[in-house]
Amino acid sequence: MLTLVGVLVVMVGFVLRLNPLLVIFAASLASGLAAGMDVVAIIEELGKAFVGNRYLAIVWLVLPVIGVLERAGLRERAQSLVGSIRAATAGRVLLIYFAVRQITAALGLTSLGGHAQMVRPLVAPMAEAAAESRLGALGDGLRHRIRAHAAAVDNIALFFGEDIFVAIGSILLMKSFLAQRGHDIDAFAFAVWAIPTAVLAFVVHGARLLRLDRRLQEAAHDRA
Amino acid sequence: MIGLDVVFTLAGLLFAAFAVLNLVDRTNPKRFGNATFWGCYAATLLFGSRLGNFVNGCLVVVLVIVGGVGGLGRGEPRTTSTEERRASASRWGNRLFVPALIPPALTLLAAMLLKDVRLGGMPLFEPKNLSVIALGLAAVVAASVALFLLRQPIGAPIREARRLMDMIGWAAILPQLLAALGVLFADVGVGDRVAEILSRVVPLDNAFAVVSVYTVGMALFTVIMGNAFAAFPVMTAAVGLPIIVGRLGGDPAVMGALGMLSGFSGTLMTPMAANFNVVPAVLLELPDKNGVIRAQLPTALLLLVGNTFLMYFLVFHAR
Repeated sequence: MLTLVGVLVVMVGFVLRLNPLLVIFAASLASGLAAGMDVVAIIEELGKAFVGNRYLAIVWLVLPVIGVLERAGLRERAQSLVGSIRAATAGRVLLIYFAVRQITAALGLTSLGGHAQMVRPLVAPMAEAAAESRLGALGDGLRHRIRAHAAAVDNIALFFGEDIFVAIGSILLMKSFLAQRGHDIDAFAFAVWAIPTAVLAFVVHGARLLRLDRRLQEAAHDRA
Repeated sequence: MIGLDVVFTLAGLLFAAFAVLNLVDRTNPKRFGNATFWGCYAATLLFGSRLGNFVNGCLVVVLVIVGGVGGLGRGEPRTTSTEERRASASRWGNRLFVPALIPPALTLLAAMLLKDVRLGGMPLFEPKNLSVIALGLAAVVAASVALFLLRQPIGAPIREARRLMDMIGWAAILPQLLAALGVLFADVGVGDRVAEILSRVVPLDNAFAVVSVYTVGMALFTVIMGNAFAAFPVMTAAVGLPIIVGRLGGDPAVMGALGMLSGFSGTLMTPMAANFNVVPAVLLELPDKNGVIRAQLPTALLLLVGNTFLMYFLVFHAR
């Protein structure tokens, strides 16, 4: 049972909203010590695993281009472009991005998107501008809510799109895990059975995005 | 062969530049903290493969301490004002979108065209990591194009990147640290313990209850670990294979596919999945670090319920 103490540390730390870096470090120490490792071994293991996951750092290489484009007015341009489309609403802008993101992810193009590459420079400003051109100036509360939804759309469309593509990591993991245990399944079968959920995700989240438009409208009316 | 090391070196140089820019920035009250933090991170990227595990681990400890006790600050790097940006936006118009679309477009092209390109018998790019390598290189191309196409000052990309990176701060290394914690958890057998507990409490013969334990368990375990990939082997070995497939005769492909997707619902609900949920909240300057999770929560729960029913109806009738 003692091995689960690390999980407990993580949960308590997140509930108390302590700094996550400290929480994770404490959880690593607790887990390792409970399993009989010494501190040096734990630090070695952390160092090895941290370096082993460096590919997660590559996304930051887009910051120079995104930053320089912001400096040159990319977000302002994205906003004026969407602001000029009369039919645009925050929900519809996000719905279109959802559809594009989900379809491209299903074709294996998972890198056509992302929070640093697409959401901050383009999607969020476009959704904000669409709401603004309809409802007038947005308060901070509504603005933050739209931004949170812009990030959510990127995640949900990615997660429930990528699993339709045969050569994605999660499918390869399932295939190799089940094959080791005597079930040799073609990767295509997993991809097919991901389709119903993908459709469901589009329906559920699409409905929520259209509802977001109504909510924004109500909130704007209440203010007026 | 161009491998991950090339992009790690590029990223390492970028972070080293962030360290230097902070070091000489007197507007940042915590400039030494920032310089230490980005400097150590740059070291793991540049030299991580050559340093020993213990040295890398010590660098991680420094990152945790500096980032964890509020050692990072923000300077006031020079950038353009809102008015200047508006003027620049109307000057360049849609040309501004060109560099923004280069990274995705080049990544896509590389994935399609360069996969089988060989140079002297060796593949030009390490095939397994082609798309991340392509993304890293495409980002550099895009920054250069932006520089010339929009006549920006030569130092602007690095300066602006530093401004954004300092805004993100310690959250930048959170995904990597969580991944390391996941490895450690796996080493000490956290998954095996959870599986043991679960297999004791599952009602064996009620098909709907078993399916629910599997899907909800996938989601919950993903919430704890921050990653459905970590939950899948545990839950599938504990409940999926022995009970849904073995005892009740379910189809393993349906079980796997819908089980993994149930885990993805969990990913949408947890701050442990920092790169999806916490980093964007910081990147979009949300005051509430759980704002993205809050926006995702209803969809995640509805899809978990939906997946449970889909599995119940499909898994026993698929063949």
